[in-house]
Amino acid sequence: MATITRDQATGAGITDLERPGRATQRRLRRLLGQQVVPRIILIVMCAVFILPFYWMVALALKSNHELSIYPPTLWPHSLEWFNFKKATEVFPFWRFLWNTTAITALTIIGSVISNPIIAYGFSRIEWPGRDKVFLVVLASVFVPFPVLIVALFDIFARLHWVNTYLPLVVPRFFGTAFWIFLMRQFFMQIPRDISDAARIDGANEFQIFWRIILPQSLPALGVISIFAGIAAWNDFLGPLIYLQDASKYTLSIGLTFFQSQDSYDVKFNLLMAASALVVLPVVVLFLLFQRAFVEGISVGSFK
Amino acid sequence: MNSVTVTSPPGNAPTRHRMTRNEWRNLRNGLLFISPWIIGFLAFLVYPIYYTVRISFTKYTGFGPATWIGLDNYHRMINDPIFWKALWNTVYYTALAVPIGVVVAMGLALCMNQRLPEVPLYRAILFIPSIIPGFALSLIFLILMDPTQGIFNRIITSVGLPGINWFGDPAWVKATFVFMAQFGAGQVALIFLASLKAIPASLHEAAMMDGASAMNRFWNITVPLMTPVILYDLILGLSLGLQIFTQAYIITQGGPIDSSRFYVLYLYDNAFKYGQMGYASALSVVLFVITFVLAALIFWSSNRWVNYDTM
Repeated sequence: MATITRDQATGAGITDLERPGRATQRRLRRLLGQQVVPRIILIVMCAVFILPFYWMVALALKSNHELSIYPPTLWPHSLEWFNFKKATEVFPFWRFLWNTTAITALTIIGSVISNPIIAYGFSRIEWPGRDKVFLVVLASVFVPFPVLIVALFDIFARLHWVNTYLPLVVPRFFGTAFWIFLMRQFFMQIPRDISDAARIDGANEFQIFWRIILPQSLPALGVISIFAGIAAWNDFLGPLIYLQDASKYTLSIGLTFFQSQDSYDVKFNLLMAASALVVLPVVVLFLLFQRAFVEGISVGSFK
Repeated sequence: MNSVTVTSPPGNAPTRHRMTRNEWRNLRNGLLFISPWIIGFLAFLVYPIYYTVRISFTKYTGFGPATWIGLDNYHRMINDPIFWKALWNTVYYTALAVPIGVVVAMGLALCMNQRLPEVPLYRAILFIPSIIPGFALSLIFLILMDPTQGIFNRIITSVGLPGINWFGDPAWVKATFVFMAQFGAGQVALIFLASLKAIPASLHEAAMMDGASAMNRFWNITVPLMTPVILYDLILGLSLGLQIFTQAYIITQGGPIDSSRFYVLYLYDNAFKYGQMGYASALSVVLFVITFVLAALIFWSSNRWVNYDTM
């Protein structure tokens, strides 16, 4: 009953002045269309979207014996929490974790330094041709990265950067189109008068950027750190191409490498336990900073 | 403080305005601030593209000198059945995954746009699969869709239907990848939801007063106002769809019998397994051109269906 009254409050109920039977019917239909059907669809979809995670955790907790049962049990009977510890031992998990963390940290540093500086030049200073150059930045988002891998590999090989983290990290110090865009959107919301006032006071452009604009942009820097960090953590193709020694592997290629080697005999339960350990930080980060995620993603909806 | 010339590009105006000292300073500062991007753009994008085009005309193993062979790599491509197979697989996948993705995301966004108090919960659950690492999702799907250990076959066989070898059957494997791609719909749904929320309620109210049905309102108000976002998503989805790699690399390695040999997988194998850097570069050039042409086609067609009126 309460929901129906709220719907009327939206102003949709104005035309229900005719016969009472029809009005009730309409109300019922609106209730179905706005409450019941969407809810059922969303619940079903959520169940489907949770299924992979459920199966990952369920398998991670199964014993080796339970794994061999056919058809597979729908939930683990024994709850082998020890699998998580074992998973960190069959793979050089901690080594991979350290490597991934180092790359992620350097990526965040590079992104947080470069993107605000670049975005400042595209938003808070007016110079001829600026917006045309910015279109080039936007267009570069659509260049498929894989078409560059042959050349990038060969160029970095000549620089002796292959099998180091440099090819993964150094480019991040020169800006990433999407973060530049995101930062620029943020800078453009800051009133122009603030800069003008500082200019009259004799501040130069870098001082305005560093002392006035940047301190106001900490939320945007946070969004960039999170997104850039996750992109680095999730990266697969980059490490796959550039890293050769197993001791330098990231979690992404480390886990898949061991999965594909039959000789290591990695069982499904341990593979899923290790996957869960990789997925967990991302999920926790998301739950902690949901708002930042939603805002960051929604910026893409401009245009 | 800025004069009118700021928006006109240099050299374009017939009567050239002489820039003031202030404008020169702004130009210098602007370029100084964006200089990291200029360097990165030239070093990590423009130069590699030029480099790729150049190597594509050579025979090059990655070691030693490259020998110029003109258009041979491109001729070879025309006669390479695996190239055509990979291209077909990739186009097939993209042509299904992207439009279906738009429909799924739109459905989710419309549902989340209703006044349900628990929407933040749905939003979180639906969004999570699109931020977790693709390689981890691939490992999970490898097992989720496994003929014996997977939950899907467990459900199907329990109602008496025959199990399906999702990733192992050439007839199913591409459809399974399309299905898997839908788990990324949460992110697009969020973008759609943001623009749904930007549609003024007054438009819908006015239409309702005139007796327009929900269907009517959806097609005549919601969809037209959403077309710019849909266009953006189609182009980005197209570019990403043609790049499909990680899932296939981890789950099928292109099999069974090349039925999931996607374009980038073939490109990668040529470059890093077969030592055919020249041929791989030619493949790169062709993928770049295909992406560009298809994106341009979508963009060009957008004149007919995208509504650029501001809301």
